Amino acid sequence: MALVLTEEQQLLRDTATQFFQERLPIANLRKLRDTKDATGFDRAIWKEMSDLGFAGIMISEKYGGTDFGPVGLGLVLEQAGRTLAASPLVSTVLLCGSAVQLAGNATQRQDILSAIAAGDRIMALALEEGPHHNPTRIATRAEASGQAFRISGKKTFVLDGHVADQLIVAARTSGKENDRAGITLFLVDPKSEGVKITRTLMVDSRNAADISFDNVSVPATAVLGSVDGGIDVLEQVLDIARIGISAEMLGLVQEVFDTTLAYLKERKQFGKVIGSFQALQHRMAVLFAEIELCRSVVLDALSALEARRNDVPLIASLAKARLSDTATLMTNEGLQMHGGMGMTDQFDVGLFMKRARVATASFGDGNFHRDRYASLEGY
Amino acid sequence: MEALEKFRQETRAWLEENCPPSMRTPMTSEDETVWGGRNAKYPNPEAKLWLDRMAERGWTAPTWPRAYGGGGLSKEENQVLQQELRRIKARPALSSFGIWMLGPALLEFANEEQKKEHLPKIVRGEIRWCQGYSEPGAGSDLAGLQTKCEDKGDHYLVNGQKIWTSYADKADWIFCLVRTDPTKKHDGISFLLFDMATPGVEARPITMISGASPFCETFFTDVKVPKGNLVGELNKGWTIAKRLLQHEREMISGMGLGGAGSGAGLGGLEQAAKDYYGEQNGRVASPSLRDHITRQKMDGKAFALTMQRSAEEAKAGQGPGAASSIFKYYGTELNKRRFELLLEIMGTKGLGWEGEGFTGDEITVTRSWLRSKGNSIEGGTSEVQLNVVSKRVLGLPD
Repeated sequence: MALVLTEEQQLLRDTATQFFQERLPIANLRKLRDTKDATGFDRAIWKEMSDLGFAGIMISEKYGGTDFGPVGLGLVLEQAGRTLAASPLVSTVLLCGSAVQLAGNATQRQDILSAIAAGDRIMALALEEGPHHNPTRIATRAEASGQAFRISGKKTFVLDGHVADQLIVAARTSGKENDRAGITLFLVDPKSEGVKITRTLMVDSRNAADISFDNVSVPATAVLGSVDGGIDVLEQVLDIARIGISAEMLGLVQEVFDTTLAYLKERKQFGKVIGSFQALQHRMAVLFAEIELCRSVVLDALSALEARRNDVPLIASLAKARLSDTATLMTNEGLQMHGGMGMTDQFDVGLFMKRARVATASFGDGNFHRDRYASLEGY
Repeated sequence: MEALEKFRQETRAWLEENCPPSMRTPMTSEDETVWGGRNAKYPNPEAKLWLDRMAERGWTAPTWPRAYGGGGLSKEENQVLQQELRRIKARPALSSFGIWMLGPALLEFANEEQKKEHLPKIVRGEIRWCQGYSEPGAGSDLAGLQTKCEDKGDHYLVNGQKIWTSYADKADWIFCLVRTDPTKKHDGISFLLFDMATPGVEARPITMISGASPFCETFFTDVKVPKGNLVGELNKGWTIAKRLLQHEREMISGMGLGGAGSGAGLGGLEQAAKDYYGEQNGRVASPSLRDHITRQKMDGKAFALTMQRSAEEAKAGQGPGAASSIFKYYGTELNKRRFELLLEIMGTKGLGWEGEGFTGDEITVTRSWLRSKGNSIEGGTSEVQLNVVSKRVLGLPD
């Protein structure tokens, strides 16, 4: 098991660190938020990220990718988490890129993967239908009619949904809500007749949308993978996304920890720095321990993906549960230790807290993943 | 690589021939542990045979130099040996504070004569050692110890009291921290070895909440110790003491991973929960209990991965890493939580003390639950560990 980085990976991490610090610092997210930016991320910078190979990191060289693999992508996401970088990495690379890689036919792969790697296509996965992550709770239906399908239903919390050039929609072609079988993935043009997209403004100032489908017609060639067999692809894709978001949250908790530690060494009360008080020291030491465990879990999850180990679902749930819970704890503690300043918009800790909650809700929180872990383990 | 493979084949063949059948069965109780010493006890004659054969090769202390009776194995060879021992589920031939704690310190700090005198006897299990560290007034503040050691020209004279001395009533010799300069704190401590049979030494076992008495109060009244028994320089014992504590903490850290008495006899947490609480559709019947079990298992796995990462980092030459500073704290807290959870799972079956109505495994869990409370106190309390992390790793000021 590789819990230690290779030289090549360290180099990639250094490149990513420098890129996000310089090109996508937290000020970038503030600007997007304050100007109510219509896109919700910086397209020019996304192009730069593509040029650096970040967009094609999971895509083989055949399609113009860099094929650095999951550990590489994890390193990039961790650094993105440190600066709250808004980008389509999750929607386009983790989710849709993986789905096409896993289930796409030769034409779909050629068309989509090369466009993603070049930074020319933004994609979004329309999956959720309720306030909690649930990949089988799908009521949206796709009825076969001749050589086409007609999709009707409502999707929510579609990351980058309002700016996507192409959607992947999970719809039911058979069975009833909560059945595992009967789910099919469709490639859908968001400009199709009957698609209505409403951008939802979330606390983390990152992109999401509600999308409704009213009798939207798609050709049979738009099916991604097999009819009725979408859940197998979805589960693999979701595990990749869960592990990727865990890597982003690792960067997030580490950043909040580092800035809080620095604040404790600088802020004075009662004539001394507050970091000299044991009541705070012990809490920081406990957080340090929790984050060290987070780091081991994320590294193991990434290398599980890379080595295609058969315990990927288990370690994905472990990582997402642990990172979600630790991100909640760290941002709460970080805010408290910043005192009144932590409550102000001027300080960044509040931004990290908001992002932590949205990341936690993405693809299953601690409750979802502990339940899943227990089921996978047979109890 | 080839040499290592050859070593594996040879080791496998030797173990096959020399590890007696009864030494390949799991221990049924801690009483079967072989500690060696002048009054050594063996659960059966094969246990003695097993110890003698392993000691003959120096494999009770595989990496110590051959000159002192050790096995002279490289790290890699020792890994192979341990793997092969695990493969046949061999019992430890010898459990010994001499091997785990004192030996490494002697190898680093003792003079040639002392190494020649003590190390081979440790390897062969002839002398059983105990550790004289804590005192009634020196617990977390260990360097505040007061046991007095005076230079009487041709010998030292020791007076004072130790506490929590593990197995002092069964040990042959003690390695002991004594005060040789009362005007200084850390720089007035020395590291002394002496025979527990010396006149003036008395060990009284302490009954613990678990009902067992592994610890003693140890009294020293005008104990005469030869001057050659001082290890390292006078007043420089604290350095040795700290190094030894490192070995001790590493030893205790592994507990969170679940070893003896950790409910293994009940088939692990989830099986125990199904048995004692019941199941519905293959799930533990209580969703709340099921969630608690999962938290415990997840944290255990995350901790195991962290110990593994730390080992890999050390191997890659990146040093022990900051992560290792949390092992003692996290491992012991995890172990305590595990026992609390087991007790919850077992209900009143986990609350038996002895006799009818409870299985041996149940009583073992209950007693181990009580024993586990000491994990976060001995070898540096959790609070001391957190202080160490705050100050040395995070750089927070006093």
